[in-house]
Amino acid sequence: MSKRKVAIIGSGNIGTDLMIKIMRNSELLEMGILVGIDPASDGLARAERMGVATTAKGMDGLIELPIWNEIELVFDATSAKAHAHHHSLVEKFPSKRIIDLTPAAIGPYLVPVVNFSEHGDLQNVNMVTCGGQATIPIVAAVSKIAKVHYGEIVASIASKSAGPGTRANIDEFTETTAQAIEKVGGADKGKAIIVLNPAEPPMVMRDTVFTLSEVCDQDAIRKSIHEMVESVQKYVPGYTLHQEVQFEIIPEDQAVFIEGLGHRHGLKTTVLLQVKGAGHYLPEYAGNLDIMTSAALATGERMVSLQNA
Amino acid sequence: MKNTYIQDVTLRDGMHAIKHQYGKEKVREIALALDRAKVDAIEISHGDGLKGGSFNYGFGAHTDWDWLDGIADELKHAKLTTLLLPGIGTIEDLKRARDLGVTSVRIATHCTEADISKQHIEAAKKMDMDVGGFLMMAHMNDPNNLATEAKKMESYGADCVYVTDSAGALLMDGVVDRIKAFRQILKDDTEIGIHCHHNLSLGVANTIVAHQAGANRMDASLAGMGAGAGNAPLEVLIAVLKKMNIHPNCDLFQLMDLADDVIRPLQERPVRVDRETLSLGYAGVYSSFLLHSERAAEKYGLDTRTILNELGKRKMVGGQEDMIVDVALDLVKNNGSNP
Repeated sequence: MSKRKVAIIGSGNIGTDLMIKIMRNSELLEMGILVGIDPASDGLARAERMGVATTAKGMDGLIELPIWNEIELVFDATSAKAHAHHHSLVEKFPSKRIIDLTPAAIGPYLVPVVNFSEHGDLQNVNMVTCGGQATIPIVAAVSKIAKVHYGEIVASIASKSAGPGTRANIDEFTETTAQAIEKVGGADKGKAIIVLNPAEPPMVMRDTVFTLSEVCDQDAIRKSIHEMVESVQKYVPGYTLHQEVQFEIIPEDQAVFIEGLGHRHGLKTTVLLQVKGAGHYLPEYAGNLDIMTSAALATGERMVSLQNA
Repeated sequence: MKNTYIQDVTLRDGMHAIKHQYGKEKVREIALALDRAKVDAIEISHGDGLKGGSFNYGFGAHTDWDWLDGIADELKHAKLTTLLLPGIGTIEDLKRARDLGVTSVRIATHCTEADISKQHIEAAKKMDMDVGGFLMMAHMNDPNNLATEAKKMESYGADCVYVTDSAGALLMDGVVDRIKAFRQILKDDTEIGIHCHHNLSLGVANTIVAHQAGANRMDASLAGMGAGAGNAPLEVLIAVLKKMNIHPNCDLFQLMDLADDVIRPLQERPVRVDRETLSLGYAGVYSSFLLHSERAAEKYGLDTRTILNELGKRKMVGGQEDMIVDVALDLVKNNGSNP
């Protein structure tokens, strides 16, 4: 079976990193074209050096080009606002699929290790956020064992790895991630926090997951989390448990007051993760970039495998 | 020089000192008393700003909305204000605070990350709010670069930008240099603010030298009620300002009574300079890490100071409370000494 051609829309950090991953690692996908809007962007120059077709005329320009007929999969690494327009263009071509790496979320949230099988056949799916891809698998791993009342995540990323899009839209990160903790992770209530750290040398991405669940077998939760980490490692090798899983019983007389839920008690589980990037477009501290593009690539490959099957 | 402006933070920074556990009635009682004593602004929210309630920072006894509800209608003199940290709270949360009568807000970022406040400062200005930019951990950026960040906040619409010494680590020269750098680069009509922590016992002194260098907005809290060794104690600051013939508006005796009779009895862990809080200032660590580090030290059998030093060495910034347990577990692996 020949490789399927893809288009990447957006020539910033995410689009460029994804392009490098497809070219180096993918046995199922190949680069058709990298689409930008700034002819002077570093990403487009990189693509040209790597022998990839480019256009600086955006998605509107792409559909006028002959190569558009060959594209089966579109990765959108632009912005939420731009994605709405891109979606309306692709929608008219029912055989083409779109994987949305913006916070637009026109399609359902997709975290490949958690819910690919539910949404893998849809035309448009959304990749949540970098922090969501890193943490929602853990919330889901606890949900498999016990009812999760509350899931909270803290993503710490190196300042250097946060591009202008991320910086201008911090609320989209917190809101989108919190919703996906509920919808995909299975928590009754989700909360997300993001912190930028400017330390030099830049710190490797860290993610912490806290869940409050019904009290249950701690060994079963630990095992479920370890298995989930191994599953994520299949597409993000730098995804590791930085410490052993921590447990704490919150007794009924010391219940915590959670906005939107009221007083809750049970088992608090703390999971301290590290996400080291593969060092493709940005150095390895940028695990946030890596987990997003790796999850998108894994999703695209699974979609193709599903079609091949 | 602009008018001297005193903002009380007892009901926001002070939240850290009691794990965000003020009762709703207590908040109302303190806010109304501060209003009678004629402070200019009263800040109310979780210690980590709107929607700070979490495992990471501690859940509050109430929501921000419950604490704020009904206060604005009863204030006769002071502005009702709040705090928002992008990455924790959102513009939606700010709108909700505005609907509860909040007319002024500080948007807080780490001292090198002003650009993540653009969305929130612009939104607050659209809501006709008075907006302060709050550059936290100001000791981690040099005066000129900090002023460049302040300029960004001004360009987004901030009416005032603060030198926020979250770690209580700045010495007096360090404060003066930063305020002067702000004054040089900011527009004449942009105000400058100072927010201190008392970890090196310089809370009042640093506030006064900042004022002399051009800061007109000053933060303080009753009995210093705040993270770490607390903030500049409000009653002390007012006494000093009065002796300098500045700002005669606040009622000093009322503030003294409030500090001693109402606030100090609330402190389960005394807010003072001691080996732990001094270590915050000495190591340059975010003051809000104090109680979380003390809890981790107890749980894992470590010295709080060892944890704080390691956090300082790793250049952790405000908001990374989750890394306290991480550091403690690393220290346990190294038999309690810094790796």
